[in-house]
Amino acid sequence: MSMSQSESRAAERNRDLSLLVAVSLAVLGAALTWLYFIALSAGAAPRLADLAYERLPGTGVSNPVTAVLLNYRAYDTLMELAVLLAALLGIWSLGPAAPGFQRSGAVLAGMVSWVVPLLIVTGGYLLWVGGYAPGGAFQAGALLGAAGVIVRLAGDPRAGLPGEGAQRWLLVLGVLVFTLVGLGLMAFGAGFLTYPPKFAKWLILLIEMAATVAIGVALAAAYVGGRPPGPEAQPTAEDEDALTAAETPTPDPTPALRPQP
Amino acid sequence: MSQLTLLIIFDGVLLVTLLALAFAAVLSPEPRRAVMLFIAFGLWLSLVWARLRAPDVALAEAAIGAGLGGALMLAAARRAARTSTRSDGGGDEA
Repeated sequence: MSMSQSESRAAERNRDLSLLVAVSLAVLGAALTWLYFIALSAGAAPRLADLAYERLPGTGVSNPVTAVLLNYRAYDTLMELAVLLAALLGIWSLGPAAPGFQRSGAVLAGMVSWVVPLLIVTGGYLLWVGGYAPGGAFQAGALLGAAGVIVRLAGDPRAGLPGEGAQRWLLVLGVLVFTLVGLGLMAFGAGFLTYPPKFAKWLILLIEMAATVAIGVALAAAYVGGRPPGPEAQPTAEDEDALTAAETPTPDPTPALRPQP
Repeated sequence: MSQLTLLIIFDGVLLVTLLALAFAAVLSPEPRRAVMLFIAFGLWLSLVWARLRAPDVALAEAAIGAGLGGALMLAAARRAARTSTRSDGGGDEA
C-alpha cells in the first residue's frame, strides 16, 4: 500500500519536473526568437567577412574558411585540438576497452579492404583541397576516424591503430606541432602563430597534416571506448560487443573466435 | 512554376522535416531509436548547411555530427541498454 503511494508520489514529481522543463524551454525559445527579431530589425552591421576577404592574399591559403581556422584564429583551433585530446583522456580514464567484435567474414573483410584505403586517400585529398576549396583538417581527420570505426567493426580490437605508446605520440602530434610552430615563430621574432606570408602556406599545411593524423587517431580511439586493448585481445563471452555480434547470425569462417556460451 | 517558388517550397520541406526529425529524436523514449533519428537529423542538417552555401560546415556536419557522433552514440546506447537490463534482471533494486 505504502509502496504504491510512494510510486504515485514519484510519478507526480516526475510530471511536475517535466512540466517545469517544458515551460522553461518555451520561455527560452520565446526569448531567443525575440532576440533574433531584434537582431534582424537592427539591420546589417559591418561584417567581419569583408575584412577577412580583404586580408586573404596574405594568409597563404585561398579558402576563406581555412584562412579563418588556421590563420586569423589559429589559437582557437589549437584549443579545439586540446579539447579533443582532453576528451580522449577522459575516455581512456574509464578503463580498458572491450575486446571488440568477432572477426568479419570473407565478404565484409573484402569490402573493408576496399573502403578503408579509399577513405584514407579521400582524407588526404580533403586535406590538400582545404587550401583553396571546402575541406580541411577536421573533415580529413573525420574520414580517417571513420576508417578506424570500420576496421573496429570488422573485428580488429584496436581499430587498426598501433600500440598504446605509439598512439599517445600520434594523439599529441596535432597540439605538439601546432605549439612548436607557434613557439618557433616567436623565436624568429613574430608573434605566437603569426605566420610570415612567405611561409604561411607551408606552415599551415604542416600543422594541418599533424592535426589530421591526431584527429583521426583520436576519433578512432574514442570509438574503441577505453585504453587500447593488447594485441592478444580476443572477443570473449563476457564481452558485450561480441555478444551483440553473436546475436545476429553472420557467416564466420573461424569458429575458434566465436564466443563460448 | 518559377525557379524561385520551387526553391521556396524546397526550403519549406527542408525546414519542416528538420524540425520534425529534431522533435522525434528528442521525444523518442528508446535511446537506440533516438540515436538513429539524430543521425538522420544530422544528415538533413548538412543538407540545410549546403543550401545556405556553407559547404565546409555541411561536410563537417555530415562527417562528424552525423557519422562519427552517431557511431559513438550508438555504442553508448547499446552499453546503456545492456547495463539497464543487467540491473533490471539482478533483483528489485530500484
